[in-house]
Amino acid sequence: MTFLKSTLAGSLVFASLAGAVMADEDTIKVGVLHSLSGTMAISETTLKDTMLMLIDQQNAKGGLLGKQLEAVVVDPASDWPLFAEKARELLTVHEVDVIFGNWTSVSRKSVLPVIEELNGLLFYPVQYEGEESSKNVFYTGAAPNQQAIPATDYFLDELGVEKFALLGTDYVYPRTTNNILESYLKGKGIADDDIFVNYTPFGHSDWSKIVADVVALGADGKKVGVISTINGDANIGFYKELAAAGISADDIPVVAFSVGEEELAGLDTSNLVGHLAAWNYFQSADADVNAEFVETWKATMGEERVTNDPMEAHYIGFNMWLNAATEAGSTDVDAVRSKMYGQEFPNLTGGTAVMLPNHHLAKPVLIGEIQEDGQFDIISQTSEVPGDAWTDFLPESAVLMSDWKELDCGMYNTETKTCVQTLSNY
Amino acid sequence: MQRSFIAKNPSVLVFLAILALFTLLVTVMSEGFGVGGISTSFIKTLGKTLCLCLIALAMDVIWGYTGILSLGHFAFFGLGGYMIGMWLMYERTRLIVVDSLAQAEIPPTDGEVIDAVGNQIFGVVGSSEFPLIWAFADSLVIQLILVVFVPGILALVFGWLAFRSRVTGVYLSILTQAMTLALALYLFQNDSGLRGNNGLSGLQNLPGVTASQDYVSLWFFWASAAALGGGYVLCAWLVSGKFGSVLRAIRDNEARVRFLGYSVEMYKLVIFTLTACIAAVAGALYYPQAGIINPAEIAPIASIYLAVWVAIGGRGRLYGAIIGAAFVSLLSTWFTGGQAPDINLGFYTVKWVDWWLVLLGLSFVLVTLFAPKGIGGLIDLYTERRSPSRHGADLGPDDGALREQEASQ
Amino acid sequence: MRQIFLAGLAFLAACLISPDRAQAQDAAIQPILQEHQALIVKSSRKTIGPAIDAVASSGLPQAQTVLEVWAAKNMWQRKEDGLFFIGEKIDSKTYALTDFDSGETVGEFPKKELKQLKPNSGIRALIGTALVQFQLSDPDIEARKAALLSIERDPEASLLAPLRASIDGEPDAALKAQKQRLERLLTIGYDTDETARLSAIADMSGDLGVDVRATLNPLLTTTREVAAGAVPEGANVAQILHPGQDSFDKITAYDLLADKGIAPARVTSDDIRLALGEHIEGGSVGGVPVATLHTQAARLKAYTVLAAEGEVPTYVDEAAIDSALKVNVFFDAYAEPSKSVTDAAAKALKDIELKVGLNQTLDLTLDALSLASIYFLAAIGLAITFGVMGVINMAHGEFIMMGAYTGYVVQQFIPDHTVSIIVAIPTAFAVTFAAGVAMERLVIRWLQARPLETLLATFGISIALQQLAKNIFGTQARPLTAPGWLDGAWVMNDVVSISYIRIAIFILALIFLGIFLYIMKRTRLGLETRAVTQNPRMAASMGINPDKVNMLTFGLGSGIAGIAGVAIGLFAKVTSELGSDYIVQSFMTVVVGGVGNIWGTLAGAAMIGFLQKGIEWMNPSNTLAAQTYMIIFIIIFIQFRPRGIIALKGRAAGE
Repeated sequence: MTFLKSTLAGSLVFASLAGAVMADEDTIKVGVLHSLSGTMAISETTLKDTMLMLIDQQNAKGGLLGKQLEAVVVDPASDWPLFAEKARELLTVHEVDVIFGNWTSVSRKSVLPVIEELNGLLFYPVQYEGEESSKNVFYTGAAPNQQAIPATDYFLDELGVEKFALLGTDYVYPRTTNNILESYLKGKGIADDDIFVNYTPFGHSDWSKIVADVVALGADGKKVGVISTINGDANIGFYKELAAAGISADDIPVVAFSVGEEELAGLDTSNLVGHLAAWNYFQSADADVNAEFVETWKATMGEERVTNDPMEAHYIGFNMWLNAATEAGSTDVDAVRSKMYGQEFPNLTGGTAVMLPNHHLAKPVLIGEIQEDGQFDIISQTSEVPGDAWTDFLPESAVLMSDWKELDCGMYNTETKTCVQTLSNY
Repeated sequence: MQRSFIAKNPSVLVFLAILALFTLLVTVMSEGFGVGGISTSFIKTLGKTLCLCLIALAMDVIWGYTGILSLGHFAFFGLGGYMIGMWLMYERTRLIVVDSLAQAEIPPTDGEVIDAVGNQIFGVVGSSEFPLIWAFADSLVIQLILVVFVPGILALVFGWLAFRSRVTGVYLSILTQAMTLALALYLFQNDSGLRGNNGLSGLQNLPGVTASQDYVSLWFFWASAAALGGGYVLCAWLVSGKFGSVLRAIRDNEARVRFLGYSVEMYKLVIFTLTACIAAVAGALYYPQAGIINPAEIAPIASIYLAVWVAIGGRGRLYGAIIGAAFVSLLSTWFTGGQAPDINLGFYTVKWVDWWLVLLGLSFVLVTLFAPKGIGGLIDLYTERRSPSRHGADLGPDDGALREQEASQ
Repeated sequence: MRQIFLAGLAFLAACLISPDRAQAQDAAIQPILQEHQALIVKSSRKTIGPAIDAVASSGLPQAQTVLEVWAAKNMWQRKEDGLFFIGEKIDSKTYALTDFDSGETVGEFPKKELKQLKPNSGIRALIGTALVQFQLSDPDIEARKAALLSIERDPEASLLAPLRASIDGEPDAALKAQKQRLERLLTIGYDTDETARLSAIADMSGDLGVDVRATLNPLLTTTREVAAGAVPEGANVAQILHPGQDSFDKITAYDLLADKGIAPARVTSDDIRLALGEHIEGGSVGGVPVATLHTQAARLKAYTVLAAEGEVPTYVDEAAIDSALKVNVFFDAYAEPSKSVTDAAAKALKDIELKVGLNQTLDLTLDALSLASIYFLAAIGLAITFGVMGVINMAHGEFIMMGAYTGYVVQQFIPDHTVSIIVAIPTAFAVTFAAGVAMERLVIRWLQARPLETLLATFGISIALQQLAKNIFGTQARPLTAPGWLDGAWVMNDVVSISYIRIAIFILALIFLGIFLYIMKRTRLGLETRAVTQNPRMAASMGINPDKVNMLTFGLGSGIAGIAGVAIGLFAKVTSELGSDYIVQSFMTVVVGGVGNIWGTLAGAAMIGFLQKGIEWMNPSNTLAAQTYMIIFIIIFIQFRPRGIIALKGRAAGE
C-alpha cells in the first residue's frame, strides 16, 4: 500500500514533498524542530547542533533498541504558523517517534494542537512561563518556580532589594512571568508603587531613557533591583547602556532570565561583572560530567562555542527519552510516556533530574554572577526544585494542578475536583 | 457590438478548468476522501497556497493594473485572519468551559462562563478580561461580516487620506509600509487585546467539529479553491471592462486621466478597498489552515514578498500573479523544508536552508532586470507568435504601457 | 604625628564598638571563624550577621584582612579540617594557602581539596559596612573611598559617630567634602537631635542628588490607618481620607476595616458559590432548586436563606458597608513622629522635585537629541540616494549592516580598540562605497525610469545580503567594542547624564552634515550632482557625464551608510538584522523631512526622535506603544504636508 501511495504521489509535480513516505525502516527517526533561519535562528541553531551531537553520540554507542537513530531536521524559519506545518510534516510524512524543538512560547502554542491531534511527543527545552500542561509535551526547561521565583527570593533575601524594576520584551513569557512575580511580590509585602514594569519591542536598541528611569527609582531610599526578561539581542543594547551609565551590580543588581553564555558572547562583559542570571545550568558548573559535555561540544563545534541551559535541557530530555524507550521496549508514544514518569537522569550540574507526573523536571536552581570572561560564577545553588505547571501565585492558577500519571489530566481543578480540559490551552 | 466577457478573457476559462482539475486531483489523492497519496500537511500547504494566490491576485489588480505598489496588503490579509480567529478561539474555548463548568455542583452564571472563557483565552498573556473589540466574538455571522468590514474600513480611511493628498509612487509605497508596520506594532502590544505576540492559536480546530484534520483540511482546500476561482472571475471582470481601462490609464498617466474628467481618487479608493477586502477573505481562509495568527504575519516583509511573487509571476496579467505566488511559495517550502539536496562543491557544501534566500533575492533582481514580464511572459512566447509585432518594445508589463519610443522623447 | 593621631582615633573607634576587645587580644582569629564555620559556609545574608560581627568586633589586627579577603572571594576553606585561609591561584588546579594569623604560607593544595567561599553581593555589602570602622581613617585613599561607598549604599545609625570623628582628619579635600555630605545625610536620617536634623535638611534642600531624595523620602513614608471616631492623639497625620472620594473607594476602605478585624469580611460571589455548593440538600439550597442557581439574584436569595439559618456568615450589603465606614476615620500617618521634621522634609522635597522635573526634561531632551542623531546618521546616506537621485534603495539597511560587520572584522585583526575604530571607519566607507558603486552599475542604472522596480530589485539585494551575512558570520550577535575612552557617561548631575558613545555619535552626525554640505555646495561633484538631479539632459549637454555622477553619488550615500553602521554597531548590536531595524525609520526620516534637502532630513530626524521620546515619557511602561503612535502620527502628518517639513520649491522640486 505504501508503495502504491508513493507511486501515485510520485506522479505529481510535488512528488518530492509528499513522496518522503518511503521511510527507511531500519532507523528510529528523531525530529528536530528548531528555526535555522529568521530571528530565532540565533538561539535555536545551537540546539539543533546539540541534538545532532547527542544523536551521533548515541549512534556511536549502538543506537536505540538495536536500531540507529536518524535525525530529521526541518527549518520552521522563525515563522510561527510554519512550526505547526512542519510539526505535522514531521509526524505524518516523516513519521518521527519524537520531536525535540521549539524555543519561543508562541511557536510552542502553534505546535500544540498538531501534536495533540496526532499524539506526538515533544521535548521543549527552554525556560517558559508555565500555565500550560500538555499530555504530549515534556517541559525540560524551567517553569517560573524553578527560575523566576527563586531569583526573586534571592533578590529579597540575599540582596535586600525593596524596589523592583521588571523589564521585559513584550511577549508572552515576560508578560506572564512578570504577572506572576508582581503577584508574588505583593504577597511578600512589596507595595504597588515599588514595582516598575516596562515592556520593549523585540530587538530594541535605544535604552537610555529606560535605564535613566531605573536609576531614578532609587530616589525614595529603597534598594532597587532589576528583573530582566529581555529577550535575545535586545540585551546587548541594554547591557551596553547599563555599563555606560556606570551602574554597579552592587547598587542596582540586574538578574536576567534570558541571558546565558550564548548571549554574553555578543558583548564585552568587563563592565557587567557582578550582574546576575538565574538558570538551571551554567557552563561553569563544577562537575565531571559537565566538563566532559563541554569538551565534546567544543570539539564538535569549535573552541569558541559555549554551552547553555537549554542545551542541558535537551541533554536530559534526550537521555530520559532513550531510557524510557529502552524500558518500554518500543518508541510508541504512549508506551514511552508512561515510562517517562519518575525517570531519573544525572544532570550536568551534579545532581539528578527527575521527571514528574506533570511533565516537568525537578532541577536545581543556580544563580550566577557575570564574570569578565563572559562566563558565570555560580554563587548560589539550590537543591532540586520540582517544576510547577500552574503557578501558586495567581489566584486562577493556584487551584489548578497537572498530573498525567494518576489523574490523566493536565488542568485539574482541585477546588471543584474536576478536570477542566484534557487538551492543553492554546 | 460587445464581445462577451469570456471571449475577451480566454484565460478565465482556462484558469477555471485548471483549478477544477487540480482540486479534483488533490481530492482524489487526499487521505480524507481519496487514496491518500498526498499527506494532510501537504494539503494544508496547498490550501494555504491557494489563499496566497488569491491575495496575489488582489495585489496584481492594485499594482499590475492600477500601478499602486501597495506594500501593506498583508495588513488586510492578517486582519481578516484575526476577525475569523476571534470567533474560532472564543467558540472553541466556550465549549470547553461550558463542558467543564457543567461538572460543578452549582450551574454557572453567564458572567462566570464569560469570565472563565476570558481567563482561558487571556490567561496566558497575563490578564483575564475581555477587551472591547471582542464584543461580537460570540457571533459567527457578525465576525464573518467583520472579516470584510474591518479591513475594508481601514483601507477606505487610509486610502481616502492618502489619495486625497495625492501621495503617489514610492511615497505611497512607503506610506503603506508604514501602515502595516504600525498595525503590526500595535498588535504586538498585549494591551491591544488580541493576545500580543502570541496571537490567536489553535484555529485549525473548528468548534464543535469532531472530524479529523484529514477532512477539515480538505474542506478548507475546497473553500480556498472556490474563493480563488470566484476572485479570479471578479478580478477579470473588473479589469476587462471600462473600469479596467480607467485603472490602466491611471497606471500609465494619472494626470491625463484626471484632465479627461475622471475622478482618479475615487477609482483608486474603490480599487484599493476592494482589493483589501479580497485580501481579507484570503486571510480568513488562510489562518484556520495555518492554525495560528500573530502580528509577525503582518510585518512589512510579508507584503514585500507579496510584491516579489507578483513580479516574478508577471504583473498586469492575473494568471501571472497566481503562477508567481504558487511557484515561489511552494519552491520556498521545498527549499526550507530540508528536502532539497545539498550541493557539495568539495571545498564548501551548499545547504539550501542557508542559501535559498540568497538565491531568491538574486533571482528577483534578475527577473526585474531582464524579464519584467516574469514567468507569465513565457506564455507570450506562444501567443505572440500569432500576433504581429508592433513598433517599439513595451517598458511596462502590459499593453498600453509606456513604450520605448515615448520614453525616449 | 598626624598618622599617630589617626591611628589613635581608629583605635578609639574600634574600642567603642568592641567592648570585649581586651579578652580577645593576642588570640588568633581562626577560632572565631571556626566558631561560625557553619554560617560562613552557608553564606546567606540573612544568617551571616553574627559571623561578620564576631570578626569585626574581635579587635584583632587580622580582622580587617579577613574581611577584605573574604569580600574579594579569596577566602578558601580546606575541606579536610574546615580551616579558612587566604587562597592564591598558582594555576587552574592548584592554590597556595596563607594562614590569617601567622601570615605564613601553609602550602600548595589541589583545588579539589579546597572550597572557595563566594559571598554574594548582599554579604559583601554587609562586610563592607563592617569594614567601614577600619577603613574610614585608613592611610590608603582607596580604602577610605570604599568605606564611603559602603556608607552610601547602606547608611546606618551606627556609622554616624565614626564618620563624624573621621572628618577632621581627612587629608583629601574631595573625600572630605564627600564625608561632610554623607554626614549631613546620616544626620537627617539618624540623629536623635531634632534641631540638628532640621538644619541638615535645610542644608541639603535644593540638592539634586538621588541620595538626598533617598534620605528624605523614607522620612515621609506613611501607613494607612483606621481609627474609630477621631484621629488618635500623637499621630503625625499626613492626610485624612474620605471613602468614596479621590481614588479611595468604599470597597477598599471596607476591606481595610475587614483586614483590621473591625468589620466582618465582605462575602464575594466566589464565597457565595462555594457556600452554596457545601449546603446542597436534596437538589436545592435554602429552598431554591440547584438548577435555577445560574443567576446571581437566585444565588443571593438562597444565600440569604442560609445566612438567616445561621449556616453562613451574613451577606454584607451596601448599607452595612456605609454604616461601618461612617463610624471610622481613615488617615495616612507618617512613621516619623516629629511633625516639624516631616514638614521640613516635605518642603525640601517639593523644592527638589521642581528642579528634578526641569532636569528630567533636559535629560529627555538629550536622549531625544541622541536618538535624532542616530536616525539622522542612518538616514543621511538615504537622503543622498533617495533624496538627491530619487532612487529607492531598500538595501540601504544592509549597507549599514555591512559597515557594522566591517568594524567587527577589523577588530578581529587589530586588537587595540582605538586604532581599530580609526581604521574601521575608512574601511567601512571603502567597502560600502564599492558595494554601492557595484550595485549602481549592475542594477540601478538599468532601472532608471522605473522607480517602483528599483525598489523591488534593491529589496531582492537586501534579502540576499542579509542571508549572506548570516551564512558568513552566523546568526549570533557579534561584539563590536567601543574604545575605553568612550566607556561611561558624561554626568552633569544625578538626573542628567548621557553616555559618551552617544555624544560621539552626535558629533559624527554633525560632521557628516558638514561634509555633506561641503560636498554639495563647494565641490565640483556636488555641483554636477545638483545639475544632474535637476535636469539630466541639460547637464549632459553641458559636458557632465550623468552616469558617472550618479555612480559616485550613490557610492557616497552607501559609504556614509557604512560609517553609520560602525557607529550604530558600537552602541547597539551587530547582527544581520541590524539594518532592517533602521530601514523603515530611515525612510520615514527622509520622507517626513522632505526629499532632496539635507536640512529636511535633519528636521525629520529631530522630529521623529523628539516625538518618540515624548511619547515614551508619557507612557513609560510601554515603549512599543511609542513606536506605534509615532508611525501613525507620521502617516497623518504626511496627509497635511505630503512633501515633508521642508519642501523644495520651484524648479528644484521637479516632478
